[in-house]
Amino acid sequence: MGGREETKPQTTTDFCGQSVATRDAYGATLAELGAAHEKIVVLDADLSGSTKTAKFAKLFPERFFNMGISEQDMVGTAAGLALAGKIPFASTFAVFETGRAWEQIRQTICYSHLNVKLCASHSGLTVGEDGASHQALEDIALMRVLPGMTVIVPSDGYETRQVIQAAAAFDGPIYVRLGRAKVPACLPQEYTFEIGKGYSFGIGRDVNIVAIGIMLPMALKAKEMLAQSGIDAGVINMVSVKPLDKELLLEAAQASKFIVTCEEHSVIGGLGSAVAEYLSEQNPVLIKKIGVQDTFGCSGPADELLQLFGLTPESIVETAKAGLAQK
Amino acid sequence: MVYNEEIFVVRKGDPMAAEARKSADVARLREQARKLRIEIVKMLAESGSGHTGGSLSAADIVTALYFYKMRHRVDEPKWPERDRFILSKGHAAPVLYGALALAGYFDKSLLGNLRKIGCPLQGHPSSKLLSGVEVSTGSLGQGLSIANGIALGLKLDKVPARVYCLLGDGETQEGQVWEAAMSAGHYQLDNLCAIVDLNSLQIDGRCEDVMRIDPVGAKWQAFGWNTIEIDGHDMQAIVAALDVAETVRGRPTIILAQTVKGKGVSVFEDKAEYHGVTPNREELAIALKELGE
Repeated sequence: MGGREETKPQTTTDFCGQSVATRDAYGATLAELGAAHEKIVVLDADLSGSTKTAKFAKLFPERFFNMGISEQDMVGTAAGLALAGKIPFASTFAVFETGRAWEQIRQTICYSHLNVKLCASHSGLTVGEDGASHQALEDIALMRVLPGMTVIVPSDGYETRQVIQAAAAFDGPIYVRLGRAKVPACLPQEYTFEIGKGYSFGIGRDVNIVAIGIMLPMALKAKEMLAQSGIDAGVINMVSVKPLDKELLLEAAQASKFIVTCEEHSVIGGLGSAVAEYLSEQNPVLIKKIGVQDTFGCSGPADELLQLFGLTPESIVETAKAGLAQK
Repeated sequence: MVYNEEIFVVRKGDPMAAEARKSADVARLREQARKLRIEIVKMLAESGSGHTGGSLSAADIVTALYFYKMRHRVDEPKWPERDRFILSKGHAAPVLYGALALAGYFDKSLLGNLRKIGCPLQGHPSSKLLSGVEVSTGSLGQGLSIANGIALGLKLDKVPARVYCLLGDGETQEGQVWEAAMSAGHYQLDNLCAIVDLNSLQIDGRCEDVMRIDPVGAKWQAFGWNTIEIDGHDMQAIVAALDVAETVRGRPTIILAQTVKGKGVSVFEDKAEYHGVTPNREELAIALKELGE
């Protein structure tokens, strides 16, 4: 039987050094994990082709549940599967997963602290042409406020693979924010993801740029550009937005007395807010937030949208220089 | 302690013996339901806060589940093969707490601390705080999806346990209930039995005035469910319906139980105003007298 053949574990890449969309790395890793762990089940709300859970569905049809276009029911069903001892991964677009089903996530998953993995794709502006209705710019804020929720935003395929492996091994609710667009590889071979830990690409004396997701490669580019102007900038990948890597953040704030946060999310409630909340109490320094400025997105090609909304290496450089002038 | 396994064994054997046992059960269950109602009114009067009407309307159904139908172990609340009960109408927490206490999950003295700081008996059930509660509920419309998920998980593992989910009639105004109804039909969850406590009242008045839910049976049938309509205070009928539900294959069963809100205490019966109001001292005295305490 051909079907039998397909259930054999696949040899997958670890995506190190590869330019892929984080959703693709998610789909591949999920399929890989599915072969090793019987307890893993996957739910989707009619978007398995886009979230890349279709790969798992094809290999393990008995452990894949398409719930149709009903995100609230999907989240509740995932909760029930967790109660039955399964490790459910529930996926759809970030805007629907965290928005449409927010109360189900709050009441059922977080309040009961159930072992559900919410892995949402199509976060942020890089959804592109579908426009504001489909561009989640509030999801980090919505998930971060929930007691007991862990919030992770991987930057590249290599990191995503490790994040998904860690999510499967972790006991408790976790939100993983994934993207539609292909992203460059950022993290080095020696990198190991750990919940609650960020990763430093060097601490700067003048400014430290704290970035997540697609903003990380831009932050690294900005660091180089700032160096040309004689500015010593550091870059931190704050992949673990909750729990935040407070130790690393404190080290950066003490070194430069100036932080720039970068996220493909509203400047309200996301990474910038998390960083500001912590540092304002522990070690107040100047913080400038790069993100979407309390507005909805719009339709257009992803790269053009990033330009339009000021999510570019150039705007990071400009913001860093403006902050240094202000210091 | 194992509940009902003896009954289960008898049922598989001689049908006459099973019938005789069942009628004895019904008398025993009626008495158990009376005791449960006494605990409900006492804890609510003590607490001064909580939901009286919808707890009393569900007392017979919950009694039949915990003291007749469900296989569960008080000394092993997480027994993997236990039948599960999800109280989707979480505001009826007192009926669940009373049943759990009477079954022996915790000491009855705890009931008097309902809704007090530090007491695991929260206003709405919290699974993190109270052993025996499968999942936290309270926000209406979410329990059936959870029950579906458990039923799917049990089927995957070929565990013969069943899942029971109790909903309120007003609760079925929530859209998620119908998403879940569709899913249970689609996935043919015959290890699931939902029960609707059709007490006809919700906070703002009669369901038919606030937001009509009729025709209830036709709706569930259209979603692929086997429906059984009963008087939700007729213990014989409840027991029979739960037994029949277990024999249905290929689709979930829903028991549509016509009930009276506040059932068992004349001053509370069929009154929307007792949805979230607790008995005062005089009302408690009347209640205990009528319940034969």
